[in-house]
Amino acid sequence: MKRWWIRDFVYLIAFVAVLYGVWWVLEYATTFWPAMRYYNRILVLMGINITLAVSLNIINGHAGQFSLGHAGFMAIGAYSAAYLTVFYFGPYVAKFAEGSTQSIVMQNVLLLVAVLAAAAVTAFAGYVVGLPSLRLRGDYLAIVTLGFGEIIRVLILNIDKIGAARGFTGIPTWSNFFWVFFFAGLTILISNRLVNSSVGRAFLAVREDEIAAEAMGVDATRYKVKAFIIGSALAGVAGGLFAHYTPAYLNPTMFTFIRSFEVVAMVVLGGLGSISGSILAAIILTFLPEALRVVKEWVPDSAPEMLKRDPRMVIYSIMLIVLMLTRPQGLFGRRELWDFLPKRKDRVPDEARDTEDNKMDRDAAPPVT
Amino acid sequence: MTAALLDARQVTIRFGGLTAVSNFNLTVQSRELLGLIGPNGAGKTTIFNMLTGVYKPTEGEIYVGGESTKSLSPHQITSRGLARTFQNIRLFKELSVLDNVKIGGHIHYKYSGTSAVLHTNRFHAAEDEAEEQAMKLLEIFGLDARAHVYAKNLPYGDQRRLEIARALAARPKLLLLDEPAAGLNTGETLRLMDKIHEIRETFELAILVIEHNMELVMGICERITVLNFGKTIAEGKPEAIRANPLVIEAYLGEPADDETMV
Repeated sequence: MKRWWIRDFVYLIAFVAVLYGVWWVLEYATTFWPAMRYYNRILVLMGINITLAVSLNIINGHAGQFSLGHAGFMAIGAYSAAYLTVFYFGPYVAKFAEGSTQSIVMQNVLLLVAVLAAAAVTAFAGYVVGLPSLRLRGDYLAIVTLGFGEIIRVLILNIDKIGAARGFTGIPTWSNFFWVFFFAGLTILISNRLVNSSVGRAFLAVREDEIAAEAMGVDATRYKVKAFIIGSALAGVAGGLFAHYTPAYLNPTMFTFIRSFEVVAMVVLGGLGSISGSILAAIILTFLPEALRVVKEWVPDSAPEMLKRDPRMVIYSIMLIVLMLTRPQGLFGRRELWDFLPKRKDRVPDEARDTEDNKMDRDAAPPVT
Repeated sequence: MTAALLDARQVTIRFGGLTAVSNFNLTVQSRELLGLIGPNGAGKTTIFNMLTGVYKPTEGEIYVGGESTKSLSPHQITSRGLARTFQNIRLFKELSVLDNVKIGGHIHYKYSGTSAVLHTNRFHAAEDEAEEQAMKLLEIFGLDARAHVYAKNLPYGDQRRLEIARALAARPKLLLLDEPAAGLNTGETLRLMDKIHEIRETFELAILVIEHNMELVMGICERITVLNFGKTIAEGKPEAIRANPLVIEAYLGEPADDETMV
């Protein structure tokens, strides 16, 4: 028996080591350059957005089920993880001395437990939301998921124990760069390995043509629900990490449908079905609004009042529109970054084998049905 | 005696007030090559859709290998040994030729999502086999050189061939071909006829063909069923069908009386 896990285990160790190193450098930089705190924060939010975009890409891009409820899933993850840490794990860790080894170890272990529990709860929610997708498709499903997201938000707004409209406070700030990017990496790995497996091929088949997929023995129902479960569980992870990141405050207004649209924008901008596209778009769409803050300083004093206030969101929107007009299929379309790199020798290029025989076929027969 | 591969008994389907197919009977034994012909709108494709579970018959029952398909969904029927192609090609257009065939073999190379994510031995074994089998099928249809091309970029004739290859990947006992020669020129049709014979011998399966092209049907089928307006009007060997007055009438119209001929 080949020991299949050894190579992956080595990679995992290496990944953790590199991530830890980068984190240490970033933290160290803040000691002599305080502005680094701001950039660190953007980086962490970027990591959370990458997790969200890549997980939504499984549902929207791979399985082709247009979901607008990702903020709802994120909210469920955030609130259930926070619920655990605030009422159970937090008081437990508080027993140890602040900054002691025990305290630090327990923090990280319990954060992991809370995040995984959040993933389980969100997976169940994904299952429930996935069920109507068996009957609905396209716009109709989008509206159902949109409604789901709003239901979650309004429910949270009315549960007093988790803060209702005041917001959920007192959440321990256990989340950090390391965990956010650890799970972002894990999400990318899961998504990439799934799409290159029989499960992922079934997702793609359902997206391309459900009737043909069923005729090939693919249980379309099952795989649609599966995509919802996996995608929403990962969104729950992102939510759990977000809840515990400074300032560790949750409010239902953070999870309106606008948040869902932001994630959809990342996936569509990157190219529906492209993992690397989703990652790149998540990075751009997190960084761009921040980078555009400098624009305000360039506006001359003579400019109209309207422009002087805050032109960055206008520019941001215009850039989005221009991008979608010039590349309606998204940055990468359905391909991945590595598809654009020079191909390996064993791959046959698209048109290299266009023999005389094939050319005749193409000219001869118009598609008659 | 073992149960027939496929046994349709008194199958009727109505869409609202329209009876698309009425009292259709068909038995397919293993390794038979059957034809289903009839003018446009006779209900041929509707029958295919009922056999594969896309539509449920209003009356009557269909048995696959002796098992009623009443409560089976299309993918379950496929796993019982029925695979089909479509009249208006339904390939997975945005996927590679190879992936199309791999999905065809889905029922044979399934494993859990956990296996897929962890890359377990099971994953590697299943993927290697799926790849090998798919390439073998592509070779048979002369598509192996274009394995990594998007299906939508294939020329029309190759798309038709790929559909057959994809259906064969499910290792069916009965292959249903819905107008495989539609849009092919004469040379291609002749090559397709040879291919259909070859497939039956290599894969030891039964084939049911819907076709408009008389040459193809008469040339390869051992038994033919003729439909008109949802009713079976004739059944039998090609020679008998060719001579059947009802069939001639359905295709060419009623013979004119001498008196009106003036």
